[in-house]
Amino acid sequence: MQTLNLILRNALRHKLRTALTVLGLVVATLAFGLLQTVVGAWYAGANAASDTRLVTRNAISLAFFLPLSYENKIRGVDGVTKVAYGYWFGGIYQEPKNFFPQFAISAKSYLDLYPEFVLSDAERTAFLRDRKGCVVGKKLAAQYGFKVGDVIPLKGTIFPGQWEFVVRGIYEGRQANTDTSQFFFHWDYLNESLMKTGRQRANKVGFYVVGIDNPDNAASVSRTVDDQFRNSLAETLTETEKAFQLGFVSMSEAIVVAIRVVSFVVIVIIMAVMANTMAMSARERLAEYATLKALGFGPGFLATLIFGESLLIASAGAAAGIALLFPVAHAFSAKMGTLFPVFEIAPKTLLLQALAALAVGIVAAIAPALRSTRINIVDGLRSIG
Amino acid sequence: MILVDIRHLAKSYRRGGQVVPVLTDITLQINAGDFMALMGPSGSGKSTLLNLIAGIDKPDSGLLRVAGIDITQLSESELADWRAAHVGFVFQFYNLMPVLTALENVELPLLLTGLSRKERRERAELTLAMVNLSDRLDHYPSELSGGQQQRVAIARAIVTDPTLIVADEPTGDLDRHAAAEVLDLLNRLNQELGKTIIMVTHDALAAARARSIIHLDKGELIHAIADANA
Repeated sequence: MQTLNLILRNALRHKLRTALTVLGLVVATLAFGLLQTVVGAWYAGANAASDTRLVTRNAISLAFFLPLSYENKIRGVDGVTKVAYGYWFGGIYQEPKNFFPQFAISAKSYLDLYPEFVLSDAERTAFLRDRKGCVVGKKLAAQYGFKVGDVIPLKGTIFPGQWEFVVRGIYEGRQANTDTSQFFFHWDYLNESLMKTGRQRANKVGFYVVGIDNPDNAASVSRTVDDQFRNSLAETLTETEKAFQLGFVSMSEAIVVAIRVVSFVVIVIIMAVMANTMAMSARERLAEYATLKALGFGPGFLATLIFGESLLIASAGAAAGIALLFPVAHAFSAKMGTLFPVFEIAPKTLLLQALAALAVGIVAAIAPALRSTRINIVDGLRSIG
Repeated sequence: MILVDIRHLAKSYRRGGQVVPVLTDITLQINAGDFMALMGPSGSGKSTLLNLIAGIDKPDSGLLRVAGIDITQLSESELADWRAAHVGFVFQFYNLMPVLTALENVELPLLLTGLSRKERRERAELTLAMVNLSDRLDHYPSELSGGQQQRVAIARAIVTDPTLIVADEPTGDLDRHAAAEVLDLLNRLNQELGKTIIMVTHDALAAARARSIIHLDKGELIHAIADANA
């Protein structure tokens, strides 16, 4: 008979109580992991941002446009290697609920600036040749069943009218955190139409993407770009792509903070539940602990039994919770569609889950262990379990 | 040879700010190989005296030597080691670990020795055979009768070959037949193996099986019969 054996049997003494506690831990660990993954997904765009890309937009707001003529001026700034531009299109595919990001882009330069969007040479060429062509991300294609050659109708909201695009390529992500839920088509195609129907918006862009040669020059290049357009009708704000993405996150930061807090509250709640379970178990066994002390076992042995049992239960719950996180996150991501373009379980999340379970196991055992190890043998022998 | 030497031992408890004396000026010697019954009415201090001798409680004053060691001077951890090596416990309600089998319960005190797993098993099996429970090795306490559980507890008490066996009302929870079996067993341990046994009991029939009887009342030693069976 070994100590581990005794710990295991103690843990299984009240099977229903242990099972319910483990179930609670599974739910808590799973919820914690899922909420942490949601928070991570919120920051996925910022985390995937390149440090050699800047974004230039209208200083007032993204809702205001910039002249196409800025392209050459930006390209002329020292340290700038490439410039692309785009427009947020915001069209509706079949129904308003079918949301996914659509951008009108300067196709060639944009794809050059985003090497993480991987297209075959044939698809890239086909897209660049077809002014009505578009490329869609793998995740988006999977969600709506888009295939190369399909015609995708979009109902314009910012740019009214019925628009049709032919899928010329489906891009994959070079990294796990590459957003593959986007839809890109030619800015030229959009601009041609605007030239006919809405001239005030023609030859305008929503933002510029600026490639730079050295990330260390990001601040100086940004300043130089913005200085060029100071006191113009369309002043610019240039920032790193990461800062630009974080700007979006900050709009919903209260929600992110709330989710983060809830994820930790869940752990605190299960900690209390677990502590109650361990306290009940230890209280019922006071006579046994007193007997063990009478037989000569020291406080260390009793503490080992109690901490061991608590950690065993916490580990079982955490292991199941971590294992379940993968299918649950997959199902959640599928259900959410393109709301979370990147929904990856980070290794840090798994580590946090394990650490949370470890903390639950340790904290829950502290009070019962102290009480049991300090108990007077004579008083303990009188107690009734 | 004197195994337990008690001189002017006193013990009191605090209850609601009041000091309640439980034992006052107890002086007593117990010889090695004795089988002593401690008798007295409830509250007389007999269990407290037993607990002091067993080293699970500490006196307020006085001397208490067991096998030449003044156990009142030992620290908590030294006392724990001393109990593991020198004292076997038999409790009224057996106090077996319910999640362990009879064999594992008997093996439990041997975890504190340097014996190998195999040696522990062999010794626990042998000890259970001595109490006629070889056919119950893998039974859990809940699968055993009260008498059998107490025999397992006695096996646990003697498996480390202690200097002293202390038994607190060992027959208090047993029917007459089972009680007789347990007393027979304690008698055998005393007579055949020379074990020193101190037993607290209310039962005059149980006490009659002892070699000597001590009567306590209101914390004082009032009567001693040196050889009850003479």
